[in-house]
Parts: sequence; structure tokens; C-alpha cells
Amino acid sequence: MAELTAKRPVSVPLMADLAARGETPEVLFWVGCAGAFDDRYKRVTRAFVRILEHVGVKYAVLGMEETCTGDPAKRAGNEFLFQMQAMQNITTLNGYGIKTVVTACPHCFNTIKNEYPALGGEYEVIHHSTFLQQLINEGRVKAEGGESFKGRRITFHDSCYLGRANNIYEAPRAVLEVLDADLVEMKRCKTNGLCCGAGGAQMWKEPEPGKKDINIERTEEALATLDGNAEALSNLTGVESTAPGLPAGSNHGGSIIAVGCPFCMTMMADGVKNKEREQDVQVFDLAELIASAEGLNA
Amino acid sequence: MHFSIQNILFLLVAVAGFGLFAWQARKIRANILVGRDRDMSGHVSERLWKTLLVAFGQQKMFKRLTPAFLHLIVYIGFIVINIEVIEILIDGIFGTHRVLGFMGPLYSALTGTNEVLGALVVLAVTAFWWRRNVAGVRRFSGPEMRAWPRLDANVILYIEVALMVALFLMNSSDLKAHQLEGKELAGAFPISQFLTGLLPTNASSLAVLERVGWWAHIVGILLFLNYLPSSKHFHIILAFPNVYFSRLVPQGQFSNVDSITHEVKAMMDPTYQVPAPATNADGSAVAPTPFGAKDVNDLAWTNLLNAYSCTECGRCTSVCPANLTGKLLSPRKIIMDTRDRMEEKYNSPLIFDPALYGKEAKHDPQEQLDKENHTLLRGYVTPEELWACTTCNACVEACPVNINPLESIVEMRRFLVLEESAAPNSLNVMFSNIENNGAPWAFSPSDRFNWADDLYVAEKATTVA
Repeated sequence: MAELTAKRPVSVPLMADLAARGETPEVLFWVGCAGAFDDRYKRVTRAFVRILEHVGVKYAVLGMEETCTGDPAKRAGNEFLFQMQAMQNITTLNGYGIKTVVTACPHCFNTIKNEYPALGGEYEVIHHSTFLQQLINEGRVKAEGGESFKGRRITFHDSCYLGRANNIYEAPRAVLEVLDADLVEMKRCKTNGLCCGAGGAQMWKEPEPGKKDINIERTEEALATLDGNAEALSNLTGVESTAPGLPAGSNHGGSIIAVGCPFCMTMMADGVKNKEREQDVQVFDLAELIASAEGLNA
Repeated sequence: MHFSIQNILFLLVAVAGFGLFAWQARKIRANILVGRDRDMSGHVSERLWKTLLVAFGQQKMFKRLTPAFLHLIVYIGFIVINIEVIEILIDGIFGTHRVLGFMGPLYSALTGTNEVLGALVVLAVTAFWWRRNVAGVRRFSGPEMRAWPRLDANVILYIEVALMVALFLMNSSDLKAHQLEGKELAGAFPISQFLTGLLPTNASSLAVLERVGWWAHIVGILLFLNYLPSSKHFHIILAFPNVYFSRLVPQGQFSNVDSITHEVKAMMDPTYQVPAPATNADGSAVAPTPFGAKDVNDLAWTNLLNAYSCTECGRCTSVCPANLTGKLLSPRKIIMDTRDRMEEKYNSPLIFDPALYGKEAKHDPQEQLDKENHTLLRGYVTPEELWACTTCNACVEACPVNINPLESIVEMRRFLVLEESAAPNSLNVMFSNIENNGAPWAFSPSDRFNWADDLYVAEKATTVA
């Protein structure tokens, strides 16, 4: 018996093509602007599609019919532009009779789930962390056969629009559990999580004058947690006390900051670069970690 | 029963005290109701349950254990000791003495609990004073914590100690007077029994001291009650309705602006009928309200209730990522500014009422205009503060009484963008990218599906070698 790995080309199904054939997908994968255009986050989109292909979920994407949900406009106060975008997307989604939407972006997730219903768009909306958790629970993803994360130290950075905004704290952690890695929590986690600095349309503007950029504060906390450096942690203004017995760093093959949001990804990766720790600390999305562990990259 | 001039005096003091408070409370109610209407009907059981957990149960206080424990002592002390106020009111009006004493063991349990709680309150309040003035807990400082908020915080602590001292003076002198006469005093006095040694041994002095303690306690309570509307300590009352009326939807859900929905629908569908504008009683059209908020009356009344429920503890600001990294934004300041502006524009609290200081309300047109233009936005809150917000909801999560600074911030952002076109330039670029490319970045919409090019997935196939 030998295990051969074949490289299968993927033709991502477009919703328009499915509709033309009179088919409906189980889920519509909402890619989001970062997932479609940002070079770093495109890798997350591709990793998530590999997982969908691997488990055989019937899915589709909107392709060029997708447009910004309007989230950054709404957070910035431009309600008019937000509603224009929302109505356009709702018209598209309702036109195809979409029932279930899955997305890797907490901002798209929050907007479609919570703010589209008032404008006539009612769907079951699932963040990819919850979706991956379901696949794991069903045994369809085992995180076996690919890269091993055993013993590597991982900390999860909560995205505000997943966590506080929508109370999803356990799904991303359950996804990371399956990697059999050394998971460590930052002092400011879950309901007390510290923002990466990009929410509320900050992604598109320079920060106001201050002492420090928010992503640097957060990256310092992540690095101190991964390194087991209690002193560095206690120097942060917002961390009131340090948990006793913070385990010292292990770093088998480098530590990982895990994220579930494209903006957190950018901010944390910039922070790691700023701290000159790219050699031993990487930032990955949940979908990338699962696709690697499952051996789906080709 | 021993009816005397004291009882008439007491009745007058009590009526004046409660009457003045009712008059002040009406003014605050009027201030809150200048806010925009918001439908709060329905979900009663859900709201009551939340009020039980968060307000009565102090659920969110327990994120920080030390202050939660100290606050719990003062909170329980406040509720239990005030049961004794019922007795004071009856005694005061009818000239009775310890009228509830007939309850026997139950009365002993009540007075005994009161004494123990009274002593614990003194200890807890001392710890609060220490944290604020000596230990210098960081969240009690900040630019918005100017002279009055700092003084106010300490005044509250001093009054609380004074009330407890009056309680112990009343009990211990009463106890000693009874001991000298060889009589039994109804009730249990686990603390006062150790204080009798500090008192004089002549009966007439003790009688005077007992009256001084009794009067100081009840007059102190009435004064404190009337101090509340000028103070952050008003939270002891408004925390409850504030939690009751706080949002039930996910924190990430921002309100929908319905007037804009009508416009957008009309743009997309020419046959859409925009509802007719509301009319006044005389048939004239109601003046349109601006998009977003420029001043306090553009906010919802629940946002204004927030401002009166704030006890300036600073938990919001201490977790704000913008504030932590040195930006101007402080969620607590937004809430304090809202209250200050309401009191400048509408009713002042009693101790700041200009009339109290003999200042006549001036009708200088320029002064009136200046006051009118000194709006919440720009007059108090600068755009720099508003644009520093990441909308992360940390402040909302942190508030023990469910105050929502984020709603007010977003309403003011809406005014800046929709009424003044005053967004930072980089955000205007983002807006036009969305308008032109359907994405916040300047990418061509035709490249949106390029991520799917040259995509492969590894497949494991088990074959027989």
C-alpha cells in the first residue's frame, strides 16, 4: 500500500453557472474584498476553498458579482453608501435565492448577519471558524496527513467583530485544538480582547496622534505571551497583572499568531515585521492552518 | 408616644427633602427626554432578566474582583441600612422610639446586621478613598477628571462615612443611656457595645448625643438624596433603568437609519413610495432632523440616560485601545461631555444652578448664540476623538451598567460625514473606491475573481503498490 498525492486543479464554481443549470449550493462562500484583492488574504481564500473541495461541500462564489458589504462605510458614518452597497448585494443574493452564507471575514459576517435583515436580506450567516468547527465535529476534517503543529506554540488573537460583536469565542479555539499544538492565551483575550487597531474603518486611514500604534501594543502582547516573557507583558499599559507561571517559550519550528480576520492579519503581520520577528513568528488564518495540517496545499 | 415640636420639625424636613428631590428628578427627566424617540416596547421579560443579572446582581462588576467586593459591601449596606430609615421615618413622625423593637429577635437581627454592615461600609469606603487618593489607580485620572469630578468622588465617600458615624453615635449613646438606667434596649449592637466607653456618663448628655446622631443620620440621608442629581452618584438610581433599556441586539449591529433606507429604495426603484413626512398638529411639516448627531438632542433618549447613569469609574477608558495608545479618545469623556452639555443647554443641577448664586439668566443675544453654538460635537467632542475609535466595543463590554459610548460616537461620525462631508481625506478616498470599484481599495472590479486562478488541491489516493 502506498499513499500517493495527486494534484487536482480546482475550478471554483460561480453562482451564475449553478443558477443557469438550475442548481443550488449548500453554502454561498462570501469571499470579501480582502479575500479577493489582498495578496496575503487571497492565500486564506484559496486555503478555505481547498477545504471545501476536500470535504465535498457543494458551494459557489459570486465572483465578479460580489461587491463590498458596506461595512467600512457604515463604521465610518457613511450610512448612505452603506445602504447602497447593502441593497445591491441583497438584490443579488435574493435573486439567487441564497439561504446560507459562509465567510472568512468577521466584518462581512457581522454586516450580512446583523445589518442586512433590516434592509430585506435574511440569511443564515456562518463565520468560517464556526464552519470549520462543524467540519471537525463531523469528522470530515481531521487535521491529519499534512504539516504537524505538535508542540508549536500558538496564540489566538480575537477579532472584535467575531468576539465582542457576535460572541464567538469558542469556535476558533476548538479549530486550533485539533492541531495538537501548545495553545497559550493572551492576558487580554475573549471578552477582554484588545483590538488590532483596524476596525471602524481605521484600516483605511492613518491613526490619530498618540504614543504608539494599536497593532504594536497588541503584537507586543502576543510576542510576550508566545515567548513566555512576563516582564515584557507587565510593561504594557493595558495589562493590569500578569498570570503567574506563564510557561517559558518553547518555539519548536517557530510560534504562530492565529487570526480569523483579514484586517487582524494585516495588522498583526505588520506588527511582527515592525518587531523584526518574522524569522520565528508567523501569522496564519485558521483556514490556512487546517489546510496545511490536512495536507491540502498543492 | 411622645409628640412634640420635634415631630413637626421632622415632618417639615422630610417633606422638604423628598419634595426637593422630586423637583430635581423632574428636571433631569426633562433633560433626558429632549433626546430622539426610540421604541422600547416589548421584550419585557428579557429586559427584566438582564436588569436582575447586571444591575441587581452586579454581574459585570465581577470582572475586577477587588473593587467588585468592596462595591458589593457598600451596595448591600446601602440597601439593608436603608430599611432602618423606615423606622426613623415612623419614629420621627409619630414621636415613637425604635418602633420596630417589638419584633424582638428579628429586630435584633436587623440592627445587628446594620451595625456589622455599617462597620464594613466604613472599611470599604476607606479602601475606595485609598485607591483613589493614595494608590492612584490609573483609571481614576485622565484629562476629563477635572476638579469637580475628583471632588465629587471624594465628597460621596465622606458623606457615606459621616452617615455611618451618625448611625453609630445614635446607637451607642442610646445603648449607654439604657445601660445607665439598668434597662434593656431592643436590638443587638455588636459594634456600638464597644463604643460606649468613648461617651460621657451623664444621662442628659447621652440624650442629646442620641438626638444628634438620629437627626444627623436622617438629615444626612435627605441631603445626600438631593446631592445625587448634581453628582455621578446618581448611578445608584439610574443604573437600574439604564440596564433595563440597554440594547438586546448583538454588539456589532449598528442602528439602521430608516430615513436613508427610503431614499435608497426610491433611487433603486422609481415606483417606491416614500412615506409622507410627519406633520405637526396644525398640518405643517415637522422640521427634518439631521442625519446623525450634532448636539445632545440629536441623540436618542437612551444615550442621554447613559450620561446620567455614569459613575465615572473609567473602566471603559481603561480598555479603549485608542486611549491605551495615547490617542485623545476617552469613552468616559464622551459620556461626561454629554451630561455637561445637557446641563448647559437645558436644566442645570441644583448646586450648579446660576440662580442659586444670584445670577440672573441673561438675555444677551450674543451670549445666547454662543451657548447655542457650543454643541456637543466640536463644542465638547472633537472630530479627532471620534475618528480614533476602532468600534471594537471594548468600552461597551466593560461598562458595569451597560452604557454604550459607541452609539454616540457613531451618531456624531454620521453627522460629520453626511451633514458636513467632513470625513478625513483618506476615508473619502475609501468611500469613492467603494462607489467606483465596489471595494474599499483601488482595485479593478474585473480582477475580483483572479484569486481563483491556478488553484490546485492535493488529493490522497490510496493504491495498491
